[in-house]
Amino acid sequence: MSTTAASNRHPIRLTVNGEVHEREVEPRLLLSDFLRHDLRLTGTHVGCEHGVCGACTILLDGAAVRSCLMFAVQSHDHEIETVEGLGTAEALHPLQEAFRDTHALQCGFCTPGFLMSLVPFLAEHDDPSEEEIRHALGGNLCRCTGYQNIVEAVRLACRRQRQGDAHGLGEGAVPGEMS
Amino acid sequence: MKPAPFVYFAPQTVDEVMDLLRQYGDDAKVLAGGQSFIPTMSFRLAQPEVVIDLNGVEGLAGLREVDNGLHIGTMCRQRTVERSPLVARRAPLLAETMPSIAHPQIRNRGTFGGSLAHADPASELPAVVSVLNGRFRIRRQRGEDWVAADDFFISLFETAVGPEDLLLEVEIPDLAPGSGWAFQEFSRRQGDFALVGVAVVLELEGHVCRQARLALLSVGEGPVRAHLGEAALEGQPMGASLLQRVAEIVAHQDIDPPADIHASKDYRRHLAEVLTRRTLSQAVARAAAD
Amino acid sequence: MSSRYFGQPVKRREDPRLLTGGALFVDDVHLPGMLHVAFLRSDFAHGRLNGVDVEAALQHPGVVAVYTADDLGDYWRPGPLLVPPPPIEGIVFHERTQVPLARHKVRHVGEPIAVVVAESRYVAEDAVAEICADIDPLPVVADMDAALEAGAPLIHEDLESNLAAHVVQHKGDYETARRQATRVVSGRFTYDHGIAAAMENRGVVADWDGREQNLRIWDTTQAPIPIRNGLAAMLGLSESQVQVIAPFIGGGFGPKIMMFYPEEVLLPWISMRLNRPVKWIEDRQENFFATTHERGQTHEAEMAVDAAGRILGIKDVFLHDGGAYDPYGLTVPINSQCTLLGCYRVPSYYSEFKAIFTNKTLVTPYRGAGRQHGVFVMERLLDLAAAEMDIDRVEIRRLNLLAKEDFPHDHQIIYQDFAPLVYDSGDYLPAVDKAAEMIDWQRFIAEEQPRLRAQGKAVGIGLVTYVEGTGIGPYEGARVTVEASGKVNIATGVGTQGQGHFTSFAQVVAEQLGVDIADVRVTTGDTREFQWGCGTFASRGAVVAGNACHAAALVVRKKILALASELLEAAEEDLELVDGKVAVRGVPKTAMTLGELAVKANPMRGAVVPGTEPGLEATTYFGPASGTTASGVHAMILEVDTETFDVEILRYVVVHDCGKVINPMILDGQIHGGVAQGIGNAFYEQLIFDDEGQLLNASFMDYLLPTSTDVPTIEGAHMVTPSPLNPLGLKGAGEAGAIPVGALFAQAVEDALSGLGVKIHEIPLSPHRLFDLVHGGGSQHGGGSQHGGGSQRGGGGR
Repeated sequence: MSTTAASNRHPIRLTVNGEVHEREVEPRLLLSDFLRHDLRLTGTHVGCEHGVCGACTILLDGAAVRSCLMFAVQSHDHEIETVEGLGTAEALHPLQEAFRDTHALQCGFCTPGFLMSLVPFLAEHDDPSEEEIRHALGGNLCRCTGYQNIVEAVRLACRRQRQGDAHGLGEGAVPGEMS
Repeated sequence: MKPAPFVYFAPQTVDEVMDLLRQYGDDAKVLAGGQSFIPTMSFRLAQPEVVIDLNGVEGLAGLREVDNGLHIGTMCRQRTVERSPLVARRAPLLAETMPSIAHPQIRNRGTFGGSLAHADPASELPAVVSVLNGRFRIRRQRGEDWVAADDFFISLFETAVGPEDLLLEVEIPDLAPGSGWAFQEFSRRQGDFALVGVAVVLELEGHVCRQARLALLSVGEGPVRAHLGEAALEGQPMGASLLQRVAEIVAHQDIDPPADIHASKDYRRHLAEVLTRRTLSQAVARAAAD
Repeated sequence: MSSRYFGQPVKRREDPRLLTGGALFVDDVHLPGMLHVAFLRSDFAHGRLNGVDVEAALQHPGVVAVYTADDLGDYWRPGPLLVPPPPIEGIVFHERTQVPLARHKVRHVGEPIAVVVAESRYVAEDAVAEICADIDPLPVVADMDAALEAGAPLIHEDLESNLAAHVVQHKGDYETARRQATRVVSGRFTYDHGIAAAMENRGVVADWDGREQNLRIWDTTQAPIPIRNGLAAMLGLSESQVQVIAPFIGGGFGPKIMMFYPEEVLLPWISMRLNRPVKWIEDRQENFFATTHERGQTHEAEMAVDAAGRILGIKDVFLHDGGAYDPYGLTVPINSQCTLLGCYRVPSYYSEFKAIFTNKTLVTPYRGAGRQHGVFVMERLLDLAAAEMDIDRVEIRRLNLLAKEDFPHDHQIIYQDFAPLVYDSGDYLPAVDKAAEMIDWQRFIAEEQPRLRAQGKAVGIGLVTYVEGTGIGPYEGARVTVEASGKVNIATGVGTQGQGHFTSFAQVVAEQLGVDIADVRVTTGDTREFQWGCGTFASRGAVVAGNACHAAALVVRKKILALASELLEAAEEDLELVDGKVAVRGVPKTAMTLGELAVKANPMRGAVVPGTEPGLEATTYFGPASGTTASGVHAMILEVDTETFDVEILRYVVVHDCGKVINPMILDGQIHGGVAQGIGNAFYEQLIFDDEGQLLNASFMDYLLPTSTDVPTIEGAHMVTPSPLNPLGLKGAGEAGAIPVGALFAQAVEDALSGLGVKIHEIPLSPHRLFDLVHGGGSQHGGGSQHGGGSQRGGGGR
């Protein structure tokens, strides 16, 4: 069977945030560990390793999935986006900007998972209701914020998205340092 | 919480899968979406020697119309089923159920057939496919079988798919004209496994029930068909007092629910009664509106 | 002075790094040659440990070392007593603290027995599975009442019983008050708190550099400096050889203030022994057993009231579940005992508690730290009195509130900081009125509720008050430095776990120095940057460290003015600090940047005048004599589905007074998060143990944290009664949101179900428990379990 292999380490080739990586991995290596420790993309956080908390959420071929519920070997030939692929500290992605403007993060540990869950949601929703937003957040746990300001951040990001104000100094935010 | 080592195969054809299953049998587990299986491995509750990954196998992920309904491939993602206009049109009960399964991030990866073959008694799909009269196409080491839902679910995490078999696809037949349907569950939080869930399909002729199919989840070792409740409905004109009586029959005669840390036997019975009455009312209303 | 930053909703300085995945958490530390650690932990709650066979594990490929208690030699010793018992007359306290690895006995599930060091965590876990611990199970002490019965198995066999502590505090004469009372209401109340469940589990990286003779430790601790000091002493190193870094921490909430956890003690020792960096990252399963809990108390309480409904006295006798060891002393039950008195005038009080050793994970403070338990008892007693005497629930509270002129108010008992329980300031009545107005109490009860009930909706309303003793000593310090670039550096010793210290401390200092906040850099939690301090706990970060930053900024401001006065030949009173410059007021051309001034203050030639110091820098400490008392009122409206017994919160109102506010945006966030954890405590979260001391729901599938669809939008209002105990007038706010939610939830549910005559004397509740209360069935906490793991999913869909 030429297409299968039984050796202990498997070569994989994948694209992460637009960059191609080739590595050899043990099949049991979780994708979350591979991203964090092999590729040193430590923005993807691990909170439970059983698929509940959502901190490790990434985009697999554009869809939000838990990276702790996949093996790295399964990412062969796939495209992955992590939080490092959104914006930079100097030029935040509009969603990141909205999180900052509304104080939607405290310890920030869960935040990358929320952001990656929300990227596809925002692509599909222009003006979601509060109920839709809360349902969209339902698969990510946050222990600090009580979710209220995360809901607010999604609202703000959508409002700016509607106004085509991609980089974010729209209504609700004062230029500079004040919220 | 790291999985124990295993040997990994990523076959590309069903024939290759079948060869691997024959070779490794009980030592091997097939990996579909992995959304239940991988955490079980991370807790080291499952330590298979061999993992056969179905994600690269050709031809298992289809979703297509056939004359009498839909064929849904075993590796079709739950999210695909949820968002399919075909499913919304031809199997609205299924479409309505899908959002109750965990969260979008799980459904993006979780598969239709994986959930059914895993047969967790708290899963929605086994109960819903049961009331939809689904049929399961199973590839055996020799030949293939079509198995009806009633024969598919055997007991706790056990189905008609043997250790050397592979579930290929599931047929969801169209509902008969004049059918009403409903699915409701009660879970602690959105996306949790339900404490109790009820799926129902009613075929009505005027006000009279011609045929009823009722199944519950989280009340037994698999999806539990409520045969006594169904019998009490069939041939009867629909009315609030009948639905309440049927709900009581279902809760007190059809099921013998387990107790666990989230719900006692009594509370589960109570919920089963409430949800049966609510789903039946909803199904009757839908049938009448049809 | 104008307030450019202080009191403003300044956006957080730390967010860009956190939002882009660029912030360093402990598990992000990668060092060359780093080894990974996993622990063998006890599966038994109580057992005799006869021996540990590690041979197979040692032979496992990739394993570098395996250690048991016997390998530790003199390093094996019980941890320090972190908080000694307070000076209360007649107090009984038995100190029994946790050990690094179990020896001879295991006392709770999850207690570490052996530690494996390997090339990867995966391999370390493989090897752990190959260790054989020979344990004879002993009878388990899981229940507090049974623990004290004669003949109960002893957790610490050198003690006569499982009693950990016995404390009586009283004021006035309750028995006389009782005789004079028109009515005495009483009840048995149980309140169970859960786990902090910070999204980041604990972790330690230790790196001994044999050539430099330095030990660097990254630790998810809330108290890096005490950890540094303790580890240096244990390891025989100078404090200057040990650096403890608490980088970004993914939530603390209390359990990360517990110090000298076994893993924290062992990792540095292993690194020194192997001369290699080692990492241990707690996984979620370990977190349920190895990180401290809070858990439960059972109170038998009564309240004597006069004919008008005024409190004459309260008597409360309770049991406190302390777990297997008590390194954190009596902080949690003392908080319960003191906080029970709340916002009210209580002329006489008799409070007695026994803390009990049980075969469960240790109990240490978790957000609220026992205050919830006390508030629950008080508020439920008031509700009982209101019901029996037909007084409106808000009215009975108004009647008993301390008045503005009662402050400072001495409750005549001792608080957790060993100081008398004296409330520094407060004004409670306007807060109650405000909350009642916001929730529209009168109209809801008169119109809305009858209308909704007529439609068959079981809606209920509630309102409760609470105080929170915050900002306790002993002290924190800060160093403020103006650098040659003009940028300002602040260093302080507290750790930070999401509270926004990088921003709020910068606001305090920027306010005094007139600099742009973008030019202020804050370092917290690195012992190389600041040497002295205690930690982040008891809602004290902003109060104690914030005031230390303020004090240091004032000294630097003085230095700036003195030097500028000399250089500009102008009186200090005529100078102003604006936009990073100092200038003679009204004469812009005199302006010098603070950077220029800093250079002049640190000359390359010439001598520093005796009695002065180079540079524009100051290190200052702030140590409050006693804590300051924050307070608040929460109100809610909810609806119970009387068929499924699910509860939906329709409105939630918080009126809060924590004195002056540095950053209202951050404050609101603290309140929101606290309320969410309170809702978790009230209706979702409970650690469920069986009789064998086994935790039955040790996963996020079965231990239910509230999600976005379970937490309502919180409507808030702030009252400001500045604290007289510190220059900034601050009171702490970190725990406030969480404290009264259980009491409020119980009151509102009871109101919603009033037609069914249900009495709620316990928290947490659940749909299942409400079903049992209404239908009169079942045991209290969900009954026995046939399925160990329950049936929740959360994420593991399929």
